[in-house]
Amino acid sequence: MTSRRDFLIAAGGLVGGLDLASVPVRAHATPAAMQDAIRKVVGGAPVSRGKVKLDVPPLIDNGNAVTVSVAVESPMTPAEHVKAIHVFNEKNPLPNVVSVYLGPRSGRAEISTRIRLADTQTVTAIAELSDGSFWSDSASVVVTLAACLEELQ
Amino acid sequence: MASPAIVNVPATARRGEIIAIKAMVGHAMETGFRRTQLGEPVPRNIISQFVCTYNGAEIFRAELHPAIAANPLFTFTTVATESGTIAFRWTGDNGYSMAASATITVV
Repeated sequence: MTSRRDFLIAAGGLVGGLDLASVPVRAHATPAAMQDAIRKVVGGAPVSRGKVKLDVPPLIDNGNAVTVSVAVESPMTPAEHVKAIHVFNEKNPLPNVVSVYLGPRSGRAEISTRIRLADTQTVTAIAELSDGSFWSDSASVVVTLAACLEELQ
Repeated sequence: MASPAIVNVPATARRGEIIAIKAMVGHAMETGFRRTQLGEPVPRNIISQFVCTYNGAEIFRAELHPAIAANPLFTFTTVATESGTIAFRWTGDNGYSMAASATITVV
C-alpha cells in the first residue's frame, strides 16, 4: 500500500518533471556557445592575450546600455594594422555582440559603443591583425539590472 | 518611426590628423527575445549593419547583433586625408535604411 508520504514524493516528482518539460526552451548563450562563436571567427588560429585593451565598467546598474571601448596597440599602417575587432559575451541570448572592421585609414584602433548585458558575466574582445594573428582581452562585469528580460506592457 | 541620425565630425582638420567620429541613430533595436505580457514574442527588428565612407571609400564598418543597445552609438577614428564628405548608412531588418553625412574641410 502506498503511504501518504510516498504518494506525495511521487506526485512531487511528477509535477517537478512536468515543470521541467513544460518550461519553454530559452535560447541562452553559454561559455561554450561563446567559444563556438569565437572559433567561427578565428578558425583554428591561436588567440593570444595582450595588445587589446577592453574597457567595461566592472559594476553596472543597468544592463540595457553599457559603454564598451576597445583599443588595440597597432601602428595602423598599410603593412601592419588591425583588420577587425569582435566582441563576445557569455550569457546573453546570443554570444555575438558586434564586429567592426577597420583599416590603415582608421589612424588608431580605438572604438566604443553601447551594448546590452543580460547577466553578470565575462565579456571578451578579439582583434584580428593584418598579419593573421588574433589577440584578446576579457573583462568580468557585475550587472544588477539585466537587459533582455523585461516584459512589454 | 525612423528617428534622425546624429553624427559628429570635426568641420576642419589638418591633413594627416586623426579625427574622432561619433554616429548615433534612433532605433529600438528590438532583440526578438522579449515577450508581451500575453506571452507573444516580439519580433526581432534591429539594425544589422553600419557603414561609414569617406569620399566614397569605406573607412569603418560594423555588424550589429541584438546585444547592441537601443539607439546604436559608435565612436571611431579616421585620418583626415582630403576635404569632402563623410557619409553614414545604417541598414537593418524590415528594409530599414537611414543615411547621414557631414562635410569636412582639410587644410
